[in-house]
Amino acid sequence: MEWQDTGIVLAQRQHGETSAIVEVFTPVRGRHAGVVRGGISRKIAPHLQPGAQLAVTWRARLEDHLGSFTIEPERGRAAQAMQDRLSLAGLNAVTAMVRFMLPEREPYPKLYLETERLLDLLPQVDLLPLAYLHWEVSLLAEMGFALDLTTCAVTGRTDGLEYVSPRSGRAVTAEGAGDWADRLLPLPACLRGDGPAPNTEIALALSTTGHFLRNASHDLASRRDLPAARNNFIARIAMRCG
Amino acid sequence: MSATSDIEQLIEIMSRLPGLGPRSARRAVLHLIRKRSQLLHPLSETMATVAATARECLNCGNISTQDLCEICTSNVRQTGQICVVEDVSDLWAMERTGMFKGRYHVLGGTLSALDSVGPEELGLVRLEGRIPAEDVKEVILALNATVDGMTTAHYIADLLEARVRVTTLAQGVPVGGELDYLDDGTIGAALAARRPV
Repeated sequence: MEWQDTGIVLAQRQHGETSAIVEVFTPVRGRHAGVVRGGISRKIAPHLQPGAQLAVTWRARLEDHLGSFTIEPERGRAAQAMQDRLSLAGLNAVTAMVRFMLPEREPYPKLYLETERLLDLLPQVDLLPLAYLHWEVSLLAEMGFALDLTTCAVTGRTDGLEYVSPRSGRAVTAEGAGDWADRLLPLPACLRGDGPAPNTEIALALSTTGHFLRNASHDLASRRDLPAARNNFIARIAMRCG
Repeated sequence: MSATSDIEQLIEIMSRLPGLGPRSARRAVLHLIRKRSQLLHPLSETMATVAATARECLNCGNISTQDLCEICTSNVRQTGQICVVEDVSDLWAMERTGMFKGRYHVLGGTLSALDSVGPEELGLVRLEGRIPAEDVKEVILALNATVDGMTTAHYIADLLEARVRVTTLAQGVPVGGELDYLDDGTIGAALAARRPV
């Protein structure tokens, strides 16, 4: 078995004395792991930092084997992300969420492109929080939990939408919510793609997407908490508010 | 257990050491047996001593034969600076330079969700306690320039920067390094941290 693709490094861990098991996110093969021989050497290790873009060739005797990668670096992102706390937290959140949410070896080509675009925005800390929010909305859609934020689920109106139903993921107006308002999730304008997007609203919108992401997690049996890296990123966004 | 199986056991144990495999362990054991008086006896005695006395310094996490290591007990090293390193091997690397005269704090790892290492596992409470106790004016974060290392550095900076000056090591071109062979990130960091000649 052999294939070639481009991929974003999600994580790597040492394997034996000289090798590393590297997990990459590719457009055609999805989230895929493999061994990189000599992966902890001083020559190769800098290219295996999370966020790095690699040209990878995967080889294994059988399809379901772990297999090994040979890599060629295309571009790194970690060094730039390390210059800023929010950027680095964003990089950690994106890689952690892809690993947490996506099943292995399932292709998500559209999400791959959006992830690549988001990672390219890491140094632009003013744009990053909103871009991350939209990426989470796309992630939900790719997982089959798309939010419908265009019309009210109760009244059918398209204006005055203020809440999201935690069950259906559909928007609800204040009028439609009535006495149930305290049981619904907030719908800030930035989540609908309207108006300005202050970081306070983005943090609020991320609490709403967080609810659906927990439900959409591929490991439905355990319903684990979302990765700590996502919480750290939201905390950093909230810090920038003050 | 026969003498041969004792030797086999020694070879098996030594082959578990980093950098040694079964063949190199066999060669090392053979060499030790041949140089019994010059190598094997002193080695076994020293290893027995170290096995009995080696422990983690209660203050900084360095390896020592006492409860407190020599660096922590030396008054000369109380300069108001603490250098935070990931591992004891990093402490030794810093000491080899002879440039740093303060004290250390060994984390024993970095924050890593992958390995379930959180702030509690890194002894950060102990580090916070050392700041007033040792009248620390500056904490130097000498962590690896990796995503995990810098995430940990940012976490520690958040924790301490209201109380003490927090600095980190510079990143750039190593001595003897050629630009053509450096990765983009290192060149970018070096350019961002340029200084007048």
